Amino acid sequence: MENKNEPEKNYDLVIVGAGPAGLTASIYASRYGVAHIIVGSLLGGQISETHLIDNYPGIEDATGFDFSQKLGHHAQKYGTEIIPTTVKTITKENNLFELKLDNGNILEAKTILLATGTKRRKLSVKGEEEFLGKGVSHCATCDGFFYRNKTIAVIGGSDSAAGATVYLADIAEKVYLIYRKDQLRCEPYWQKLIEKNSKIEVVYNTNLKEISGQVKVEKVVLDKKYKDSDEIAVDGVFIEIGSDPNVDFARDLQLEIDEKNYIKIQADSATSISGVWAAGDITNGSDKFRQVITAAAEGAIAARSIFNYLKK
Amino acid sequence: MSKVIVLTSENFEKEVLQAELPVLVDFWAPWCGPCRMMAPVLDELAEELAGKVVIAKLDVEDASNQAIAGQYQIQSIPNMKLFKKGQVAKDFVGFRPKDAFKSELEAEIQ
Repeated sequence: MENKNEPEKNYDLVIVGAGPAGLTASIYASRYGVAHIIVGSLLGGQISETHLIDNYPGIEDATGFDFSQKLGHHAQKYGTEIIPTTVKTITKENNLFELKLDNGNILEAKTILLATGTKRRKLSVKGEEEFLGKGVSHCATCDGFFYRNKTIAVIGGSDSAAGATVYLADIAEKVYLIYRKDQLRCEPYWQKLIEKNSKIEVVYNTNLKEISGQVKVEKVVLDKKYKDSDEIAVDGVFIEIGSDPNVDFARDLQLEIDEKNYIKIQADSATSISGVWAAGDITNGSDKFRQVITAAAEGAIAARSIFNYLKK
Repeated sequence: MSKVIVLTSENFEKEVLQAELPVLVDFWAPWCGPCRMMAPVLDELAEELAGKVVIAKLDVEDASNQAIAGQYQIQSIPNMKLFKKGQVAKDFVGFRPKDAFKSELEAEIQ
């Protein structure tokens, strides 16, 4: 790919992010005839790492990877290009947006849709960075295989943490699910699976203080005693403690954000700045439910609103 | 045209440990989504960085490759290790976008 400093092309719309929100927006934008392109380094976004999607209507059982590929193909079916890179900066001048990409290219657009989702939250405890790839993991579907008949700790209480726990219990000998509150916040569906699985033990009201070992993870240190010890011997630690919005562009463009840094959107997915829409996990929309289906819905709504805006 | 070399327990010694050029070994498995996302990135880098670094991959699901994966203590994939003169010089754990990874890799093979 050649690099140049002049805008490569002007688009009606540049979609930033290639997850369910961005890809669905693209499908609708194509059908509305809105000339657009997608910039996103990870096709499917976070959902691509999920081991199972079984709550999206019509999808009873798909891996996150397969689902992501299907979404990508659907968007590309209309001839839309997905540039597999990241956007470095977005600036607005004379009602046009200029996007500088990590590959050196520059795009110009009349409108932009921010669908950059969220990034994994870090536990910020000793050992988390040091043992990454040596027992600390963020992807149960990728790394579960390496823990056959071993002992694992999963940290978190969300649907992601619960899903990872159930998945890992199939492989490992024992899974401790360690959560800081007295009740999990996952769907009751997951709770039931966890309760009836004898390999899973939930440790409530407990935080991790440290992940330690010699060359690889050997134990986790807790902030209080569990069964007479503040340590649990484990071979691996899977961290699933939620995520925070990718807020950099919102700050650059001075978009209104809420107290937790999610972009504030209207019913039509428009942001506080004319020409900028946002959809998916990065917004405060859909009652902050942040599911694949709500991301897709916000993407579709945004595409229609952008179409109407460009018509004027 | 340069291609990604498929490693096995038989050719690992020759293609990686005895190689003259630096070799980036991608430890991967078919069940791992981010690994499969990484594959086209590595295909492109194999061409773009031909002559500077050799890019190779080892499927850790294959039973005959598991001894090598164990030897390098692979516990997270995608796990890309840069070998120089048979020694691991740098680890890259997890998916990375092409442009960012190309810069990271170029910095190591200057």
